[in-house]
Amino acid sequence: MLTQIEGSQAVAAAVSLCCPEVISCYPITPQTHIVETLSARVKKGELGNCQFINAESEFGALSILIGASAMGARTYTATASQGLLFMAEAVYNASGLGLPIVMTIGNRAIGAPINIWNDHSDSMSMRDAGWIQLYAADNQEAVDLHILAFRLAEELSCPVMVCMDGFILTHAYEAVHLPSKEQVNSFLPSYDPVQVLDPDDPVSIGAMVGPEAFAEVRYLSHYKQIQALDLIPRLAEEFRQWFGRPSGELVSPYRLTDADTVVLGLGSVNGTLQECVDDLREEGMAVGSLKVGSYRPFPSVPLRSALQNVQHVIVVEKDLSLGKGGIVSGDVKMALRGLPMTVHTVIAGLGGRSITKASMKKVIEEARADRLTEPYFLDLNWHLINRELARQKETRRSGPIAENVLRDIRSVASKVV
Amino acid sequence: MCFGIFGLLPQRWSKGGDMSQPQIKFYQTGTFSVGNRLLKEEDRTVQSRMDRTNSLNSGHRACQGCGEALGARYAVDAAMRASGNRLVAVNATGCLEVFSTPYPESSWRIPWIHSLFGNAPAVATGVAAALRAKGKTEIKVLAQGGDGGTVDIGFGCLSGMFERNDDVLYICYDNQAYMNTGVQRSGSTPPTARTATTQAVGVNPGNRFGSGKNLPKIAMAHGIPYVATASVADLHDLEKKVTKAMKMCGTRYIHIFVPCPLGWAHDPALTIQVARLAGESGLFPLFEAEDGKVTDCTPIRRKVPVEEYLKLQGRFKHLFGDSPNREAIAAIQTMADENIRTYGLLE
Repeated sequence: MLTQIEGSQAVAAAVSLCCPEVISCYPITPQTHIVETLSARVKKGELGNCQFINAESEFGALSILIGASAMGARTYTATASQGLLFMAEAVYNASGLGLPIVMTIGNRAIGAPINIWNDHSDSMSMRDAGWIQLYAADNQEAVDLHILAFRLAEELSCPVMVCMDGFILTHAYEAVHLPSKEQVNSFLPSYDPVQVLDPDDPVSIGAMVGPEAFAEVRYLSHYKQIQALDLIPRLAEEFRQWFGRPSGELVSPYRLTDADTVVLGLGSVNGTLQECVDDLREEGMAVGSLKVGSYRPFPSVPLRSALQNVQHVIVVEKDLSLGKGGIVSGDVKMALRGLPMTVHTVIAGLGGRSITKASMKKVIEEARADRLTEPYFLDLNWHLINRELARQKETRRSGPIAENVLRDIRSVASKVV
Repeated sequence: MCFGIFGLLPQRWSKGGDMSQPQIKFYQTGTFSVGNRLLKEEDRTVQSRMDRTNSLNSGHRACQGCGEALGARYAVDAAMRASGNRLVAVNATGCLEVFSTPYPESSWRIPWIHSLFGNAPAVATGVAAALRAKGKTEIKVLAQGGDGGTVDIGFGCLSGMFERNDDVLYICYDNQAYMNTGVQRSGSTPPTARTATTQAVGVNPGNRFGSGKNLPKIAMAHGIPYVATASVADLHDLEKKVTKAMKMCGTRYIHIFVPCPLGWAHDPALTIQVARLAGESGLFPLFEAEDGKVTDCTPIRRKVPVEEYLKLQGRFKHLFGDSPNREAIAAIQTMADENIRTYGLLE
């Protein structure tokens, strides 16, 4: 049914259709609307016997699901930003124990400076935590990926994050096809755990493992991700058959035919990238774009095969590995190693800064002319940076950087183009 | 050290007038052969029964004289019996977790999960929630951790579980420091005690004076249905409290005093004696509380000065010797006397 609905409420509706048995939550912007909606649905009895638990922290929220999942329940939570960092220890633990928890990340920057707007710093910080990470480009995909995520998580006994851009998607009203209960039931069988705490068949879960077996246990977690590279396309195809639309593809090419330059991104930025491609194609440039749908596992093989004939790959990423540069571009370069092409890194959209078509089109042209610095920071206000650097050079006690920069913004009336 | 009495408990004294208790005196001197044989079959310990579950089985790697292993064995078997063997256990990281499950061996004969150091209460909440969702509430949930996992790193999750009154029995095995990592100070370490991070050096050797975290009191302040303290010196009482707690709903908290020969530097053969002296000196009062109010206490039969308790342990060695630290000992005695007054342990 096509419904005009807020992204968070659409996700809450999709999660409800998957009938989780235990939901835990701890408030953090911008994922709150999802769990608020779910709490009301549970309280109204729409989710049967589902238990909704208000936790005392994100660490508690995920830990509650660890217990519930080990007891054989289908489990769900959502978080973002500092919340994901606060639960970090449990994030690794859930995957190490092989518990198929599904968690929405309403992607948001990490402080300091504290910032509530969108980028991918939070989920990227959990890159190596053993969770599958799927990124939604729009709210339709956010809905679909949650249904797919429960199936994927439970088949592999591996937790899955569905990452959706905070505010840009979570708070956006779009027309979304909400599937029927029958459709979801056909696609998602009831949860049949591979391990469960059962008084009739007692097992110990979470035993200490020393050097004699630790590497093997870790490899087996890695192997789940390798299996996911095969399983995700199979489930995406099955999803298309049941629901009549594609969702969950590892990589989705857009106007790649004959493209010499391809822009690549995760999440909602793909809408902007595709519009840039359309405009530049109009101008006669052989440009395409590639949406990466899964960051972990990283789809190196399909990515390489999609991009093998291009000359420039521009990785647009909403994250920054301080002291190194782009995070995703490292994976892309590894996937494309040995091929005669240039991979450019564009750091963009940090802390919610708009990624505009005008700026992106300019960057694509610069990249094609090999004039981009590496990494390239989109729309960085160098005037502000140089003023602060000068201040630091002048005075030892130059004061807190963020406050200095904010003061300067007022005085120089800077604006983002 | 006169140790003629290995008796168990005296008559239970009960403010609530619990007349159903057997009025058995264990005041035998000069013999170790007392205990269950003086009781009617139905009043004997779970541990002495043929059908005990050995939930924490032999072969684990606890140190000789480990109070925690002893306390856990009695507590978990009692919980198993009380739940009709329908029990799931959640364990915080710590000695109990490490010595019971080095891969690929496990001493647990019950469904058991260890997740992290600071989240055992939350994991237990999740297990209980799943059981509710599945309509299997006949299965009971036990969470357990040491003092570090309970009063320090797991405190946030514990308080959340208390506040939500989740249907979990949480047991803290208190050996008053981080023993698994090599005897570092915890929020439960007593004043003057030597640990690896409060060493017996400087002007005020050992741990600082302060209130510490009195978790039973904090638990009571949450108004949960049941809070009790117990000790491995009184295993009948420990089992009885676990059994009682298992018959209640909501969050129940039992704080068990478990000496650690390694960390406390006492003779492993004296674990029970050290625990008993902690009780008889008033330093560790045994009591029960329901809905935030104390309902019952175990009186001290023969009050002993705190020196008798302290002297057996190397962690307090710096208080004694050629020039004893009389001021510190007097301050610890004041703490014990305050407990005796507060709980009426000599009335």
